[in-house]
Amino acid sequence: MQATSDEALIGRIATGDKVAMQVLFARHHVRVYRFVLRLVRDQTKAEDLISEVFLDVWRQAGKFEARSAVSTWLLAIARYKALSALRRRPDEELDDETAAAIEDPGDDPETALEKKDKGEILRKCLTALSPEHREIIDLVYYHEKSVEEVAEIVGIPENTVKTRMFYARKRLAELLKAAGVERGWP
Amino acid sequence: MMTKNETERRDIETLLPWHAAGTLSRRDAQRVEAALKEDRDLARQFELVREELGETIHLNETLGAPSARAMERLLAGIEAEGTKGRKRQSFNLAAFIGERMSMFSPRTLAWSAVTAVLAIVLQAGLLANLYINEPGSEVPSAYKTASAPTRSLGPVGSYALIGFTPQASAADVTKFLEAHKASIVEGPKPGGLYRIRVSTTALPKNDLAAIVKQMQNDSKIVRFVAATE
Repeated sequence: MQATSDEALIGRIATGDKVAMQVLFARHHVRVYRFVLRLVRDQTKAEDLISEVFLDVWRQAGKFEARSAVSTWLLAIARYKALSALRRRPDEELDDETAAAIEDPGDDPETALEKKDKGEILRKCLTALSPEHREIIDLVYYHEKSVEEVAEIVGIPENTVKTRMFYARKRLAELLKAAGVERGWP
Repeated sequence: MMTKNETERRDIETLLPWHAAGTLSRRDAQRVEAALKEDRDLARQFELVREELGETIHLNETLGAPSARAMERLLAGIEAEGTKGRKRQSFNLAAFIGERMSMFSPRTLAWSAVTAVLAIVLQAGLLANLYINEPGSEVPSAYKTASAPTRSLGPVGSYALIGFTPQASAADVTKFLEAHKASIVEGPKPGGLYRIRVSTTALPKNDLAAIVKQMQNDSKIVRFVAATE
């Protein structure tokens, strides 16, 4: 048996089908939540935002043109909502948070190495990336978005997507090096 | 300045994350695969990319899931939309018609307009006929229901069923009807056909067939024509 496609669900949502809305929510809400949470770093805020994302889908389903995958559309709405929410926060708070996060892995490389868990250090460095770099790495590696889809979600040219990903990886390598993990690249 | 090979290598290098995630086009994936076979450094870097991919998935999977509150909040929002937002949206007839009309070509619109005008003229004629020639009553204001007797179409005369080509313009149709001294009395019927009166008298069968044949010759605007009762 084949599950109803996302596009078919959107078509039914456009006619006011609440069950179709629940199916779409069940299918995508965890990934959308994680994407938003990585951007806003606040669970309650992330939960509120995903409700808003899907409520927008309820309102706009009739306008969906299927030029992109539904999951790409959802992430684009989620990103817009998350960035709008971040803009509402005081700048000072944002700067402090980013700075604190970036300092994290470099604080005590020896302690980090003592854990002898390269994977754990890598994950810690991934959380320490700037929101811009974190976002692109998540979209490519976790959300499995192509170059074109990332360009659509983030609203940048495809070549910029490639170079941004390259520099995100380069920054990750620098953070790892600072944490005592030399990978031989770049 | 980078050489062609260096540029190509750099290009391949930037594609490695998408190759690891399996989201490259077949063509790009083949390019990357070929380069990985030949370039050991690139292959080593690809292993690092795969490591990053695995840990990014691990990290995201440990983020947990939202509570049921998110769904409850969404459903409450939808309910609120149902009772407020959606009902508040009034139906805009002009916008609705405008949107539908914009979907048709100018020629289709022109033809539709002619059809509408002919229908109005026909209806006006029928109503006037009913009004003036009301049997058994000389009172002009006699009330009648909207369903007019079929006899009012005028059984006397010779008729044909005709369908026009999509390319036929309103002017073409008018010219054609004038040339054949015909007038539309009914339609459009299913299949876009119209009943036309070709004579006000009942013509012999052969004469009617000759008129129909003449009309058939005008294939630029006539796609179908046949004698009818």
